[in-house]
Parts: sequence; C-alpha cells; structure tokens
Amino acid sequence: MIEWSVITESLPQYTSGLWLTAQLTVLSLAAGLMIAIPLSVMRISRKRLVAGPVWAFTYFFRGTPMLVQLLLIYYGLGQFEWIQAQWQAGNTFWLTFREPYGCALVTFTLNTCAYTTEILAGALRTTPHGEIEAAQACGMSRVTMLRRILIPGALRRALPAYSNEAIFMLHGTAIASTVTLMDLTGAARNAYSQHFAPFEAFIFAGLLYLTLTFALVGLFRLAERRYLAHLQPRKAIKGHTA
Amino acid sequence: MLHGYAASLLDGAWLTFQVAVLSLVLALMLGLAGASAKLSKLRLVRAPAVAYTTIVRGIPDLLMMLLVFYGGQMLINIATDALEWDYIDVNPFVAGIATLGFIFGAYFTETFRGAFLAVPAGQLEAGAAYGMSRWQVFSRILFPQMLRHALPGLGNNWQVMQKSTALVSIIGLSDITWLADQAGRSTHQPFLFYAVVCAFYLGMTALSSVVFNHLERRYSVGVRRSAA
Repeated sequence: MIEWSVITESLPQYTSGLWLTAQLTVLSLAAGLMIAIPLSVMRISRKRLVAGPVWAFTYFFRGTPMLVQLLLIYYGLGQFEWIQAQWQAGNTFWLTFREPYGCALVTFTLNTCAYTTEILAGALRTTPHGEIEAAQACGMSRVTMLRRILIPGALRRALPAYSNEAIFMLHGTAIASTVTLMDLTGAARNAYSQHFAPFEAFIFAGLLYLTLTFALVGLFRLAERRYLAHLQPRKAIKGHTA
Repeated sequence: MLHGYAASLLDGAWLTFQVAVLSLVLALMLGLAGASAKLSKLRLVRAPAVAYTTIVRGIPDLLMMLLVFYGGQMLINIATDALEWDYIDVNPFVAGIATLGFIFGAYFTETFRGAFLAVPAGQLEAGAAYGMSRWQVFSRILFPQMLRHALPGLGNNWQVMQKSTALVSIIGLSDITWLADQAGRSTHQPFLFYAVVCAFYLGMTALSSVVFNHLERRYSVGVRRSAA
C-alpha cells in the first residue's frame, strides 16, 4: 500500500529541506531574541515616545498573518522604484530583499521578535519589588540593575512561554515554501507533485516535523531544569527514604 | 482608490470571515469532545485524544492543510472509483474549514481540559447533593464556571486561528489574501494590496479582543479581582 519509492527517491530533498527548516528556525529565533531584549526594556518604559513605537511594532506583527507579512516583503517591496534603483545599484543590504531566503529570514525574525518582546516585557513587569529595592540599596545604577537583575530574571521567568513561541516558529517556517524555498514542506510539496502520492509525501514530512518538535521540547526542558532549578519540586534525599 | 478592486477584496474579506467563524465552531465542538475524552476514566477513550493533540500540535498547520486537501481528494477518488460514481472535486472551502477546525480543535482541547479541571470538585458534589441530575450539574455548575477559566485561552487560540485563515489561499480558496495577490499582480502594486490585507486582519483581531474582553467581564461577574 505504501509507495516507499516516493520517500526514498526524494530523500536528498527531504534531508536538505530538514536542514533549511532547522536553519531558518534557529537563525530567526536567535536574531529575534537578540533584538527583543532591548525592545522589551523600551516597551515597559514610562515614556510614551519610547514605548509607543515598540507597541506599534508588536501590534502590527502580532495582529497580521505571517504569510501576509512574508508576501508583503517578498512581492510588495519590488513595487517601489526607489528599492528597484537600489537593486540596480547592487546595494547588498537591499539585495537581501530580492532573495526569497533573505525575505523569509527577515520576516520570521521580525515576527518572532514581536512575540518575544511582549513575552519578555511581561516577565520584566513581574519582577519582584524586593529585587529592585535590594539592587537600589546596593547602589546599582539603572543600567547595572538591568544587566544584573532585571534582564536575567525576566529571561528565566519567560522561559516556559518562550518555548511555546519557539515551537510556533518552527511550524511557522513551513510558509517559506510559498516563496519557492525548498524547506521541509517545500520538499514534501515537490515529492507530492512528482508522484501524486499525498499521504507518503506529507506524512513523512510530518514525522520529521514531529521529531524536530520533540527535540525542541526536550532542549527547553533541559534549559528549564538548568535555569529554573529553584522552581523544581524537591527531590527526596537519597538514603532517607522511610 | 484600489483600482476597482475594492468590491472584490470585500468579497474576499467576507469569505475569510466565514472561514474563520465556521472553523471556530468546528474547533469548539472538537475541543469540547477532545477534552471530555481526555478526562475520561477509560484508557481506550483517552488514548486517541492524547494522540490527536500530540500529533496535531507537533506539525505545521500548512502541512496539515496540504495533507487534508490533497489526501482527502485522493481518498474521495478511491471511493468514487470503487462506487463507480462521477468524479467529485474537493471543495477548498470545505477542506479549509475542516483542516483549520481539526487543527485548532487540538488546541481548544487543551484549553477546555485545563478549564474543566479548574472547577472545584466540591461544587460538583454539592450539586449532586442537591439532587441535580448529571446534565443539570453540567449545565448549571460545571459549564458556566469552566467557561470563565477557558475564556482567556480561547481568546488566544482564536487570535492565532484568525491569522491561520490566510493559509487557505494556498489551497486555492479566493480569500482576501488570494484576491490581493491577484490584484497586486495585475496592477503591479502588490505592496498596496497586501497592506490592505494587513489592515483587514488588524481590524478583525482588534474587534475580537473587544468582544473577548466583554465576554471575560461578563463571565467573571461575582469574582473579585485582586488589586494590582
């Protein structure tokens, strides 16, 4: 019943697709997190002029579908003559937006950055007052306090919510296949169109995604055990069991 | 202003709205059924529900949609061949709603399961002690209180779900994203049309949060808010 040849013949594409999916996920998550840290600090600022633009940024990226964001950047930017002129001039920065890979990476990074900013801002807001008072009592400046107390604590508290975001991102990268990229979903679509065997083509890709998801969940569980060790249920002390 | 495409985009917006609402209804039903199955004492009932939520939440929604659309077509072809019927085309509207409902049913299952567990067992026992039937306990005590706990999670899922409706454009449904794509190609102004789509989704998500805030307030009547 199962046409194994559909999978075996397309195995090289599945392998490179798996690699591209992993690459897009890891790169966009890493870049998104890096940008989200300063943005989340701005987001909780009392100054409207500082918090406002960050709010608008997260509101737009969290309120619209990532597919539309990707299409807006990939197909939309070419509409402007100014950008076409930059392409003609060979501007390396703007040429990124002509390649599907660059567009996908930029879209995914901005998207995950918006969600991560809100997660981190929420975690920053729930910093216990005592920690802030203690830091001030030690004579820390605002920057030192952010660097040593607020941000490390917020990153820890954000970890469970962030692991969900990372999994959403892994699944979100599937839309890269709509701008001709051969990621895991792209490989499956290709295998399907060659053999017209939807079950083999898509279920095999699904199994690979499941494996990636479980790997990510496992990694985050390890991270939580390390960074949230103080919240773990206490283990019975060995040798003292009744 | 939109080069004569305003009416067509409005049609697409209406279709997207229909897809969103109909898949929400399906997902809510699947979610309630899934949560009941997951809370069942029978392992035979629990196991399929656990498999459902684990698998669906472990693979991308786009891949799931392609599987249901193309795989569903193949299954129907096999069935029509066997029965010697005429060829039946899978309707992308139905396939889109079925897939979105099926996927988000898994997320709603988890939300409802948590919410059912959050209702104190003593209240259900009190209901039984008053001589209420099981249905009365469910409809008067369990369900209304469960909804209060479920609403924030449902709101989040619904926000994610609305945005996932854009994926139906990939299986050829002429929703707002697909129509904007067409309009952008023929007018050479894709940015303008995708920006309109963004504005539509922003409007829809903003409206939803207003509705959900209202519902949350309604179902939290009688619960004191902690001063924050």
